[in-house]
Amino acid sequence: MNRVIVITSGKGGVGKTTVTANLGTALASLGRKVALVDADFGLRNLDILLGLEQRIVYTALDVLAGECSLDKALVRDKRVPNLVLLPAAQNRTKEAITPEQMKELVEQLSKQYDYILIDCPAGIEMGFRNAIAPAQEAIIVTTPEMSAVRDADRVVGLMESEQIKTIHLIINRLRPDMIKLNQMISIEDILDLLVIPLLGIVPDDQKIIVSTNRGEPIVLEEQTSLPATAFKNIAARLEGKNLPFLDLMASQDTIINRLKRFLNRF
Amino acid sequence: MLQQLLPWLYPPKTGEQAKHRLKLILAHDRAGLNPAILESLRREILEVVNRYVEIDSESIEFSLENDQRLTCLIANLPIKRIKPYPTDETETTSKVESTPSS
Repeated sequence: MNRVIVITSGKGGVGKTTVTANLGTALASLGRKVALVDADFGLRNLDILLGLEQRIVYTALDVLAGECSLDKALVRDKRVPNLVLLPAAQNRTKEAITPEQMKELVEQLSKQYDYILIDCPAGIEMGFRNAIAPAQEAIIVTTPEMSAVRDADRVVGLMESEQIKTIHLIINRLRPDMIKLNQMISIEDILDLLVIPLLGIVPDDQKIIVSTNRGEPIVLEEQTSLPATAFKNIAARLEGKNLPFLDLMASQDTIINRLKRFLNRF
Repeated sequence: MLQQLLPWLYPPKTGEQAKHRLKLILAHDRAGLNPAILESLRREILEVVNRYVEIDSESIEFSLENDQRLTCLIANLPIKRIKPYPTDETETTSKVESTPSS
């Protein structure tokens, strides 16, 4: 019994690839066999997030063209034994593959992997259609910014008319300091607007950029961090565990902030 | 009063602003209605309603709202008086005395 989940957003740059890399790694660390599929043909980045860019020999297109077996194209991660990556072609575009071909690849992967996470490109055109074709579930990633929420809503609308029945939300790059000052849309407001179940909340953190620079998903780092904990919790929730959401607002009770809020009362 | 002395302590609550703007934006996006169609719709609904009752055109409210993931068209049309017979637009000048309804 395997699960094919597409990670999408509409808006670019909200953290789909970061989520795919870290969620996949976290699930693999829990013992699941995980295949990550980079569906961003022409602008691939999943390889960078995983630090596997030097190890790519064949891509999904080579498999489809019959130039190599699927197994040969899969890049294995020495640090995470249960995790593999099916790379996208970098020198082609979104038109290089069809929804049918995506389904074919995922079908083959389904025989060996418990989870197949598809990293969807930004937009709602061919790349998006390709990525959602094989999926049974979707994780929508948004940030607390107007454009991201609007685009996420559009994507939810598009999903509703497809075969994807389970849709969850991840709110990424949350800034509790800004929410406390009422300069950022709150979690509750986003849920009120989008009306899809929340899967997780990940805070904005410079450590994510650092971990990308190093080519090591933040969940693998020795030292724990809020984003890493958030991703691990999301993985646990996918596995059925009912964990409470991180209280990111608790870190906002510093003296300065309390003073500001006190003065706001007059 | 403190707000006047120390305005820099009271920045505008743009988080709320964003939420309100998004509510409207999503309602319109979801309905898939462009402003021209919405305007035609509004005009035609008012024409039909006007045949049966006289509307206070100053206080008309016409909007798209969100509930869960459904968009609703909400029209608030205050009635000035009820017309005795359904009329065409051309007959609105007829002198029919009747007590104005509240």
